[in-house]
Amino acid sequence: MIYAEILAGGKGTRMGNVSMPKQFLTLNNRPVIIHTIEKFLLNENFVKIIVVSPKEWIQHTRDIIKKHIGVEDRVVVVEGGSDRNESIMSGIGYIEKNYGINDDDVIITHDAVRPFLTHRIIEENIEAALKYGAVDTVIEAVDTIIQSNDGEAISDIPVRNTMYQGQTPQSFNIKKLTNHYNELSDEQKAILTDACKICLLKGDKVKIVKGEVFNIKITTPYDLKVANALLKEQVAK
Amino acid sequence: MINQIYRLVSAKQIEITYKEQSLQSDSIVVRPTHLSICAADQRYYTGTRGKEAMAKKLPMSLIHEGIGKVVYDPKGEFKPGTQVVMIPNTPTQVDDVIAENYLRTSKFRSSGFDGFMQDYVFLDRDRVVQLFEGINPHVAAFMELISVSMHAIVRFEERSHKRRSSFGIWGDGNLGFITSLILKKRYPESKVYVFGKNHPKLNYFSFVDEVYQIDEIPPTVQFDHAFECVGGQGSQYAVEQIIDYIHPEGAIALLGVSEYPVEVNTRMVLEKGLTLIGSSRSGRVDFVETVNFLDQHRDVVDYLETLIGQVSEVKNITDIQDAFERDLTSNWGKTVMEWKI
Repeated sequence: MIYAEILAGGKGTRMGNVSMPKQFLTLNNRPVIIHTIEKFLLNENFVKIIVVSPKEWIQHTRDIIKKHIGVEDRVVVVEGGSDRNESIMSGIGYIEKNYGINDDDVIITHDAVRPFLTHRIIEENIEAALKYGAVDTVIEAVDTIIQSNDGEAISDIPVRNTMYQGQTPQSFNIKKLTNHYNELSDEQKAILTDACKICLLKGDKVKIVKGEVFNIKITTPYDLKVANALLKEQVAK
Repeated sequence: MINQIYRLVSAKQIEITYKEQSLQSDSIVVRPTHLSICAADQRYYTGTRGKEAMAKKLPMSLIHEGIGKVVYDPKGEFKPGTQVVMIPNTPTQVDDVIAENYLRTSKFRSSGFDGFMQDYVFLDRDRVVQLFEGINPHVAAFMELISVSMHAIVRFEERSHKRRSSFGIWGDGNLGFITSLILKKRYPESKVYVFGKNHPKLNYFSFVDEVYQIDEIPPTVQFDHAFECVGGQGSQYAVEQIIDYIHPEGAIALLGVSEYPVEVNTRMVLEKGLTLIGSSRSGRVDFVETVNFLDQHRDVVDYLETLIGQVSEVKNITDIQDAFERDLTSNWGKTVMEWKI
């Protein structure tokens, strides 16, 4: 079976003075997370769309889903974990508890704050997750990437055309990811903040799906301005 | 939800725009799967539509021929995954006499408002018709064109005299092919003659009784009624020839769109007592009639498969442009885009 997991774990610390978590900020009068959930709802492949939220925001998340989407059996809100990977695991825990996990089950995980994703990106993630077991969505790096180990001086300038920027969705064979994650020590878990990297370190091939430049993550006031500008650009037809 | 709409902003330039659309509406949401390019779309794409029209209508998403699958129905009447054809004509009023496609208040996709080049298309409930199992999606992609032909034939049947032993069809393009094919199926006992300019194209019309090059028509050829499927500058010559060869009291169905004023030999129209029937686009009833017709006559679908010219997989804007460019150089058939953007 194919599951979606919307990661809404953020508490909005990067959004300056705004007190609400960033996934609840509004774009065209509706919370960002609603736009994101709807895009997943329109894909019939998903048997369940699991939204993981910080504990204190679970009720609020349920309220706005009810208000803006209505009663929708496919969407559930569950409590997230202490970090990104723990949150992914919370969602997987929900699946395990309620449905059990089969060998070929896959999960498409996506940031709640990336509402601009497209049908193609979701479809290609599903396709590649079923085939390869681990998938990352990326775009080619436009700027030269500079590496600095101390933040003071450049330690390396990698060749640009081998550089990409990671977006989401990131998608996985659930069993494979769970097994890999459980094999990590607590120290490793603390360092490995990216689920694809876990698969990579375990020697798995992680397939690349092409993202879109506009599949932006709305985490700063600047991003919100850009997102609003993108929506306003359209001419009424 | 933020929907992606792929709009033509100026000749050959397509850009993405983002439109916020809510699922909490009465609209049915369809994910397009197969879209077909029409000559009218090409006139916008290449900019030959004329400066004024381009300035007035753009930016606008192109394409008004296409199928897709229902992904959301607020009333739950259509199950997710149901394959449907999308109807581009969108009426805003009901009239007992005037058909929806002739009401001046109706809107039309990729002409008055956004066409089907979108991530998801939001449509009124009666703007989709369910397709039957097993139909070739590449044929279904140009169902709209087939329905235009069907509409013209039904309209002709309501307005012409009942002697229908022979038909003359002018035009060896897509519309001529479809119209002569449906006529031959509906009137198997009648003679169907096709008149065209290009011998290689006429070779495709294996199901008709006779094909003629327009400069080599034997003087003895006659028929009861005619369909003009030429359009453009050729319309005038086609109508001229039809008036010459048609039996008195016959009906001439005009389907070809022309950007130019066409002269008609009204003297002979009067003398022969001819009826000219204008026909344009199609409405829901025509789509329903067409889908049922193809369901009952699967061999017609086989013939229509020969009309599939190019099939292009579309994953990004460059692919859209490539499909339009390839369509421009194509000699025969319809260009279908497998919509995977």
